[in-house]
Amino acid sequence: MALERFSGAAEYVLIPTLAVALSLFLFGIFVALFGKNPLDLYFYMYQGAFGSWFSWQNTLTRAAPLILTALCTALPAQLGMVIIGGEGALLVGALSATAAALVMPAAPPVLVQITMAIAGMAGGGLWIALAGSLRHYRGVNETISSLLLVSIALAVLNHLVEGPMRDPTSLNKPSTAAIGAANMIGSIPGTDIHWGLIFGIVAAILAYILIYHTVFGFAARIAGGNIRAAKIVGLPVGRLILITCFLAGAAAGLAGMVEVAAVQGRTNANLAVGYGFTGILVAFLARHNPLAIIPVAILLGGIGASGGLLQRRLGLPDASVLVLQGIIFVTVLASDSLYGRFRFSARKET
Amino acid sequence: MPDVAIGLWAIPLAVLGGAIRVSTPFLFVSLGECITERSGRINLGLEGTLVMGAMCAYGTSFLTGSPWLGVLAAGVAGSLLGALHASICGLPRVNDIAVGIALMLLGTGLAFFLGKPLIEPSAPILPSINFGFWTDIPQLRDVLQINVLFLIGIALAPALVWALKTTRWGLILRTAGESADAARAMGYSVNAIRLRATMTGGFLSGIGGSFLSLVYPGSWNEGLSSGQGITAVALVIFARWNPMMCFWASLLFGGAAALGPALQSVGVSQGYHLFNAAPYILTLLIMIITCSPKRSLVGAPAELSITR
Repeated sequence: MALERFSGAAEYVLIPTLAVALSLFLFGIFVALFGKNPLDLYFYMYQGAFGSWFSWQNTLTRAAPLILTALCTALPAQLGMVIIGGEGALLVGALSATAAALVMPAAPPVLVQITMAIAGMAGGGLWIALAGSLRHYRGVNETISSLLLVSIALAVLNHLVEGPMRDPTSLNKPSTAAIGAANMIGSIPGTDIHWGLIFGIVAAILAYILIYHTVFGFAARIAGGNIRAAKIVGLPVGRLILITCFLAGAAAGLAGMVEVAAVQGRTNANLAVGYGFTGILVAFLARHNPLAIIPVAILLGGIGASGGLLQRRLGLPDASVLVLQGIIFVTVLASDSLYGRFRFSARKET
Repeated sequence: MPDVAIGLWAIPLAVLGGAIRVSTPFLFVSLGECITERSGRINLGLEGTLVMGAMCAYGTSFLTGSPWLGVLAAGVAGSLLGALHASICGLPRVNDIAVGIALMLLGTGLAFFLGKPLIEPSAPILPSINFGFWTDIPQLRDVLQINVLFLIGIALAPALVWALKTTRWGLILRTAGESADAARAMGYSVNAIRLRATMTGGFLSGIGGSFLSLVYPGSWNEGLSSGQGITAVALVIFARWNPMMCFWASLLFGGAAALGPALQSVGVSQGYHLFNAAPYILTLLIMIITCSPKRSLVGAPAELSITR
């Protein structure tokens, strides 16, 4: 029994690791086709992601929103739902947080920051809860609706920052007014990493406890395993879907608040850089386990952080990060078919 | 030719012209997705296929000077992505929706990567046929500049209805979509059928992408597709998996997408971005109205994971 459990757990580490290694190998071949040396590629990727304290800080800063947007996919996945609208919830969260800060200009910073976090989480939460309720009440596929909601959120954001919420002094890059330096949440002492990383880690741990150590999470996993059985034993499936989707969106909305209150200082189109989409990959790579999301987000944050170095030193286009992410995603999904096949060899090793 | 003052008539005219121009990518992607979904599998990655097709078409047209070779290259690239999707989905325990999301990312990334040098140069684009020779109103002439790809799309929709309904090929495809077991019992390989269906779907979606770069807007850049691929996938559900309905739905969506630019052309610039989101809002509303939690959708292939 113990042996089997061990080999099961070993699979969850071994197979994704192999998949990522295979992806890096394939990506090496890909850049070799363009006349670049793959060994240079791996060296600069390591340098840019984890090679120095400076790169570590860059990596961890990027990992923060990824943890939060990955939760946006991982939480509904417990119910068997595929939500890919984290980017939309992030944008709505950023807008709500900015609006909250702008309506209370004279309030003490701590109060403003707390209000921003609540507003961001509420905005993002309602956005994804909308996709959840459409699924539950109307049977609308949540994957498509959440993706459509990303486009709608982006349109609303562009409309507001170029129209009603525009700061007249932002000429080239239409933006809202700044939330003010005093209201920025700042960095963890001794580093350049903002507090968003701590928010992300705490949120991931809370999500883990919620899913694996509460009755709510147990019920959600039952509904995810067999929705008809869940209905027959009387679980409130609708409430489970709505609450889970709200929490998922709240995590991504918090990512939006963090990007505003720690990085941008205002809302503009700079926020839509794809953290929501990379978050989907993080969630799938972590097999929707909130604790596994933390290291995977750091890995993907590192890949993102190394993009600049690849551009400068190897002359690769900025889209190379997207290509590598795509290769990893495809390989990881293909590796899903390997589970259960390593059991025998794992037993032999121990 | 100077514009003739035609007042507010400009709006419906521009919407009509837009419907014809903008609907073509919707039409090709939705017809392609229709074939794939009728075989019992969903390919959400067509957004990536669309962008990849646009890039390949533009690059090929630039290098060879022949836009029609570009269209072909776009189709081939699309069917390769389709083959990748189908072969991964053919493995045990792999979720086709997730693979689609992955290919959306991979296709877009590859297109941006390979298309970097194509942003500057200008490639020869596809010709249009002028159906407006009888009128003196330049706006109407603009509307009646109809592209050949659109005409091919019009012919393709009823041809597909016929092929799905009456040919042996169509029957086998639908069998795989309605009951994989039945197809297996008849001695067909379900994976092979779906591979062909997904490759065909990818081919058509790639051609839809070539329209973006070779006709309208007629250049290559990274903001070329703004979610037409995913809207087209939703459109297939709205069209009840019927190619002819896909055609009408594409026209409707093209018109919705043209609303923003049409209003801008008569001086309404307020809410430009909101009008640009009209197709997505329309898609969402249509899905809310037509879906139901209580029964499965009329006409839905029974093997399709999205209509569980």
